[in-house]
Amino acid sequence: MSKIKGLVCKECKKTYPAEAVHVCEFCFGPLEVAYNYDQIHTKISKEKILNGPLSLWRYEDLLPIESTPTVGLHTGFTPMVHAKNLGPKLGLDYLYIKNDSVNPPTLSFKDRVVAVALTRAKELGFDTVACASTGNLANSVSANAAEANFKCFVFIPSDLESGKILGNLVYNPRVVAVEGNYDDVNRLCSEIAGEYPWAFVNINLRPYYSEGSKTLAYETAEALNWRAPDHVVVPIASGSLLTKIYKGFHEFERLGLISDLTTQIHGAQALGCSPVATAFKKKSDFIQPVKPDTIAKSLAIGNPADGFYAIKIAQETDGIIESVTDEEIIGGIKLLAENEGIFTETAGGVTVAVLKKLATQGVLKKGASVVAYITGNGLKTQEAIAPAVGAPSLIQPNLASFQQTLKKERQ
Amino acid sequence: MANLKVRITFPEDKIKEPIIYNAGKNYKVVTNIRRADVTEKTGWVDLELVGEVEEIENAIAGMKDAGVKVDPIERNIIE
Repeated sequence: MSKIKGLVCKECKKTYPAEAVHVCEFCFGPLEVAYNYDQIHTKISKEKILNGPLSLWRYEDLLPIESTPTVGLHTGFTPMVHAKNLGPKLGLDYLYIKNDSVNPPTLSFKDRVVAVALTRAKELGFDTVACASTGNLANSVSANAAEANFKCFVFIPSDLESGKILGNLVYNPRVVAVEGNYDDVNRLCSEIAGEYPWAFVNINLRPYYSEGSKTLAYETAEALNWRAPDHVVVPIASGSLLTKIYKGFHEFERLGLISDLTTQIHGAQALGCSPVATAFKKKSDFIQPVKPDTIAKSLAIGNPADGFYAIKIAQETDGIIESVTDEEIIGGIKLLAENEGIFTETAGGVTVAVLKKLATQGVLKKGASVVAYITGNGLKTQEAIAPAVGAPSLIQPNLASFQQTLKKERQ
Repeated sequence: MANLKVRITFPEDKIKEPIIYNAGKNYKVVTNIRRADVTEKTGWVDLELVGEVEEIENAIAGMKDAGVKVDPIERNIIE
């Protein structure tokens, strides 16, 4: 018996075989992976996990693959840092930073989801993988496809900055720049995914792909000596990451690996693209789509597919979904860098800025354990903070000039 | 024949308009609602459009012109 029971519709609960499908043919709801937990329970243990590989594949028993892992063998198991400088500044004794800005191979949490999606793509017999992306996802699919010998298509909007295109081209995928506005490009990609027999990682492989995010919850609980934290702060783009962190903790509890799960799950959005935070504040189920206008491009999803589910989880766990301005995002990036030596991208700035807001509001208490998820690397979005980090002191090549500068700075 | 699954989102000022009826009337497409949540202020409808590709494209353009947002059923794919 396989550990994968099949796919199940999140809305009408109709079941499907574990194939490359993602939408329920009856109600058009999203599909997700269902597991045979009784079977998994007989296999998984703390000891087995501890003796597993130092990657996300140490949790293989809870990931939707049927053979052995083939992609992303070094992905995951990223550092969880006790923030001994930033924590006290925010009035928190037990603040931890889960640092996926150093996640191999492409320095973002997307490597987790892509590792799972591409391993599953191989199992399902695909030879071509694809994605539509403006950044981290394209990097990850391109790099992992190169290593795993897949043919690879990456679709990007034609007005994407050259630096970001270069970061994909180096892996030699087929990069297709699509003319038109965001909605045009988005719809074309959906149609291409329906037309070609490819593994479109975040479309027809989405049920498998999204499961990779659960490993962030598993690693968190393991690092906290098999306990879930009191609070987590999670950035929201589509909302999928937040829902999967919730699922990950609950699976660990169900399997007896942790107990007394009371984690409050908080969400973080940029004010310039905050459809989920807005609906949460209005206590509404309805996510009004928005046109993104924020420096946090990696979170700029104006019509998020899992926003509804993210709101439900925040409500269920007594969490809060907050938004922050671009100025606060830059402040968040600097706060993390200056205090913990971690340079995150704008999405991480959103997370840290919301973390600060929740600490200031008294939602996060001094003695509570808090984990903030830092999902990407600052070297990818340097342009966003360039105006805010100052400039070097220019001196003449003599000691007097240096001393004069030092004196000025000390005044 | 082709079919396309879309999510239509209504702004408040368009909630009274028979946009789906008009799509079926003005273009050669069959519209089939699968799931919806519509209130007096806002709403969304998950809709299947069946017809020739060109007619589906025209029906989508017509609905957009009428003021509703039309997205693929997956919503935002570009990540």
